Amino acid sequence: MKRRSSSSLRVLVALLTAIAVALFALPILAIVTSAPWSRLIEQLSSVPVQQALGLSLISSFGAVLLAVLLGLPLALWLSQSTSLLRTIVRIIVTLPIVLPPVTAGIALLLAYGRSSLVGAQFERWFGFSLPFSTAATVVAAAYMGMPFFVLSVEAGLRALDPRYLDAAASLGAGPWRRLWSVTLPMIQPSLRTGILLCFARALGEYCATQMFAGNLPGSTRTLPLACAVAMEVDPELAIGLSLILASLSIAVLFVLRHSWTPRR
Amino acid sequence: MSLHLRFNLNRGPLQLKLDLAVNAGETLALVGPNGSGKTTCLHAAAGLISIDHGTILLNGAVLDDGTGNAFVPAEQRDIGIVFQEHRLFPHMSAQDNVAFGLRAHGIGRKAARLTAAAWLSRMGLGDFAAEKPHSLSGGQAQRVALARALAKAPRLLLLDEPLAAVDASARQDLRRDLATHLRAFAGPRIIVTHDAVDAFVLADRIAVLEGGRIVQTGTTEAISSNPRTRYVADLIGLNFFRGVVRDSALELKNGARLIVVSQHQGNAVATMHPRSVALFHEQPIGSPRNAWPAPIEALEPALDSVRVRIGGQAPLVAEVTAATVASMGLRPGLTIWVAIKATEVHVRPE
Repeated sequence: MKRRSSSSLRVLVALLTAIAVALFALPILAIVTSAPWSRLIEQLSSVPVQQALGLSLISSFGAVLLAVLLGLPLALWLSQSTSLLRTIVRIIVTLPIVLPPVTAGIALLLAYGRSSLVGAQFERWFGFSLPFSTAATVVAAAYMGMPFFVLSVEAGLRALDPRYLDAAASLGAGPWRRLWSVTLPMIQPSLRTGILLCFARALGEYCATQMFAGNLPGSTRTLPLACAVAMEVDPELAIGLSLILASLSIAVLFVLRHSWTPRR
Repeated sequence: MSLHLRFNLNRGPLQLKLDLAVNAGETLALVGPNGSGKTTCLHAAAGLISIDHGTILLNGAVLDDGTGNAFVPAEQRDIGIVFQEHRLFPHMSAQDNVAFGLRAHGIGRKAARLTAAAWLSRMGLGDFAAEKPHSLSGGQAQRVALARALAKAPRLLLLDEPLAAVDASARQDLRRDLATHLRAFAGPRIIVTHDAVDAFVLADRIAVLEGGRIVQTGTTEAISSNPRTRYVADLIGLNFFRGVVRDSALELKNGARLIVVSQHQGNAVATMHPRSVALFHEQPIGSPRNAWPAPIEALEPALDSVRVRIGGQAPLVAEVTAATVASMGLRPGLTIWVAIKATEVHVRPE
């Protein structure tokens, strides 16, 4: 429904809207226009960049893998009912979304570092200490990205009509078949959203990774870290790397466009 | 083969307490007003909820005894259910929906799909095997749901208002097909409905559930010739009164009196057909022994007549033609004289 508004209000709204759009559009535009397009191929094929890109993909896909493996059971448990315990767990799991990444990194180091109980046990089992390893980039990325997966999947599970599961049970389907053939296919949109959001957040992870995994070329220096380092010595390269990261983020939003835009 | 339900089950305001048996090859219609516990009863038989006390037996084997130890979960009961809203899995084709139960019983993908296709053809839906549920009509979806329930050859068939969500135009065909498939099914079958036509067409026997209790069971003939509660009488379209017969008058609880012809004295129920209720603008002078003024509450078009719902101390329904409604100017709110001959009131001792 269209409401009549006075023309002065309309002008003001239009002006403020334009400023808001510019605030977000100009930075993207700046990256695109300042990118060293002619040198881009050469830049991206250099060994340090390839290494950083590889590490970024390892940590992001690793984070998604961990999110699905651990986050799916967690989301199933959270969605089953409401209780104080579940509320507390949900807050703990959601915390990384709002926690300053630097705090997250310090917390990870304290919890899983060599001097911690868990960290010492990890070293005994696997023969290397977790912090400042490639595995640490995966853990940091999962810590920051998995909350998006858990929240998205839990919302999907809560919206699923449980009567479909009754129907499946009446047809002879046990718990595993109900999960695999009914629940998961029916919450597929939430799974997809959760995976993509987790991936995007993991890909952009910078501060917690630096705190927990360090900034070691070839083993923990992911694209965002490489980008920050390059800004000091070769700003053009930093802009090129930013272009890649921005493109990947835009690609994620493009795939998710139907989940974000309200349908008409 | 038979199903025995003898249990207590309390759920919120509902206190269900019943004792029912359904034989193999018999269709029992469970009828009753909303909230009377019909669906809860079905869910208990299906194993979707557990009972508090009592036993549920299928062919002599215990499915639930209220202790939790003997509870057999739904997926191990070998039942077929058709729900009110078909509940077909939206992400599967009609064929995969029908194949689902077979797959769950360990039948290979190929064989399950073949059997499913055969069932869909039998339902007249061979051309719709690849369709997703959202592109099927209500009647088609319910047929697929019936095929899905029957394809895995269950031991017990439960139908929960299978016609309620289907368009009136498609209902008659679906009802006829249901009747065919119910007859072809060898085990016990229960159909929950609040529609008298469904109950009378599909069932061999009717059990009336009100407020969690069975108030009447019997063959369709027995129930319709001798309704024991107002709900049952309403269900089959009769006027129903309960009271005490004294000096050839039935005294209702609220003091209203209805002249009747009866040798009986004491508690009784009385029924009369809506067609035997006459309406007049003025107090009638003539043979009807019962006449009183009362307000019209509503006019409900029936198949080839109009049902006039009348309020007052002895609320009832009169059935008249559309022409009568027009010529007498009948409308809700109008006060009218109601007349009934005493010989038209059928009294049965209670």
